[in-house]
Amino acid sequence: MNIVQSAWVYLNDPLNWTNPGGILDRLGEHLTISAAAVAIGCVVALPLGVWLGHSGRGGGLVVLVSDLTLAIPTIALLTILPLTILGFGKPPIIVALAVFALPPLLSNAYTGIRQVDPETRDAAKGMGLSGMQLLRRVELPLAIPYLAAGFRTAAVQVVATTALASYVNGGGLGQIIASGFGLGISAAGGQILAGGVLVAALALAVEGILALVERLITPAPLRPLRRKTDRQTMATGAA
Amino acid sequence: MSLRDLAYQDAANPWFSWDYIRTNSSTILDALGEHVTLTAEAVAVAMVVAVPLAVVAYWFRPLSGPILALSGVLYTIPSLALLAFIAPAVGPTKSTSVLIGLVLYALLLIVRNTLAGLNQVPSEAKDAATGMGYGRWGRLLRVDLPLALPGILTGLRLATVSTVALVTIGALIGKGGLGNLILGGFQNNFFKAQITTGTILCVLLALLLDLILIGTGRVLTPWTRRAR
Repeated sequence: MNIVQSAWVYLNDPLNWTNPGGILDRLGEHLTISAAAVAIGCVVALPLGVWLGHSGRGGGLVVLVSDLTLAIPTIALLTILPLTILGFGKPPIIVALAVFALPPLLSNAYTGIRQVDPETRDAAKGMGLSGMQLLRRVELPLAIPYLAAGFRTAAVQVVATTALASYVNGGGLGQIIASGFGLGISAAGGQILAGGVLVAALALAVEGILALVERLITPAPLRPLRRKTDRQTMATGAA
Repeated sequence: MSLRDLAYQDAANPWFSWDYIRTNSSTILDALGEHVTLTAEAVAVAMVVAVPLAVVAYWFRPLSGPILALSGVLYTIPSLALLAFIAPAVGPTKSTSVLIGLVLYALLLIVRNTLAGLNQVPSEAKDAATGMGYGRWGRLLRVDLPLALPGILTGLRLATVSTVALVTIGALIGKGGLGNLILGGFQNNFFKAQITTGTILCVLLALLLDLILIGTGRVLTPWTRRAR
């Protein structure tokens, strides 16, 4: 039986899905960890990026954060954080993944606000809008395509990176692959391949769904911008 | 839980230790060497594949969409999944499995930035080159590619820095360079000094390579400085 066949057999065994620690359990863990990490990333990065963009300062900080996180190996944070005050379990893993969600969120929020036409901003000021009103009624709505693109990039990246939590036994779908490698290719080649298919399918599904959401929430007049944002945002980080 | 905690509190486990580095210098250097080799090989192969791909996309416009989309999909697939696809086929103990994964990741970064660089070549320069009698290849080698160098170098830098970080993922099959130190330290009674040493070297390596590439770029593209 070759590896593709045994992967098929693995995926077709209902017990592999419903057992404790089976595919459904792992999927649940994967989504919980990813959602928490993205949520933390949003809470930290979006207000900061929007504020930096609004005040027009801190462009250097945004670049620094994305450069730094690009250079730090995911495995390093995943192994270091459990040994700090965070302790073992899910919290250090979620924090580690949230760190890697920061750059796309931060840089897109910043760019989104900065790219608003200065003339639009002047017109709003001329109409008597205060700083907060300008932000809420003019800058934020115009930045939606960028914010959405940042969210999608961050979410897809986190879902992909959550697979690495298995290196420190942190759960998620990656665990299926890691335990397969632990058993060896000859014994569990099918399981490894099946795990790979599941992880890849999840990442692509999240990417597809969020691309659709992104299109839906972008106001119609801003849609032509979408293509440009796509190209600008993907340059941050790999999982 | 509590027993384990007690046991570890007694043993000295500092975050950083010169003693560890002294006594394990050969292991550390081996890991560093493996890391540098994997990075260099991956980036070199990726360049050899990606730059021609970008040129193809530049020459034949209809192909640029599919080429970018394909490398985008490859980039979206999580690294661990790629490793799971490649390792059973190539052999789980070979560093080639890690290498293939690294190349596929670096591809997108180089293709996209090279293409962006090529697209930025001013049409006047292209017209002038054509007027001077350059053919397609002559123009590519003497005009288009040199003028696209800033874009190519940006792609090369991004690819190098992210590859340095990504090599560590190979630790799952024992071929992760400094990642072996990091993961090994975690599995070996949470040996902090080893984890930190691996991490610091990894970040320093990325920084050093980035600086070298920035320097090379400045030497190769003097006109970008004058233009400013």
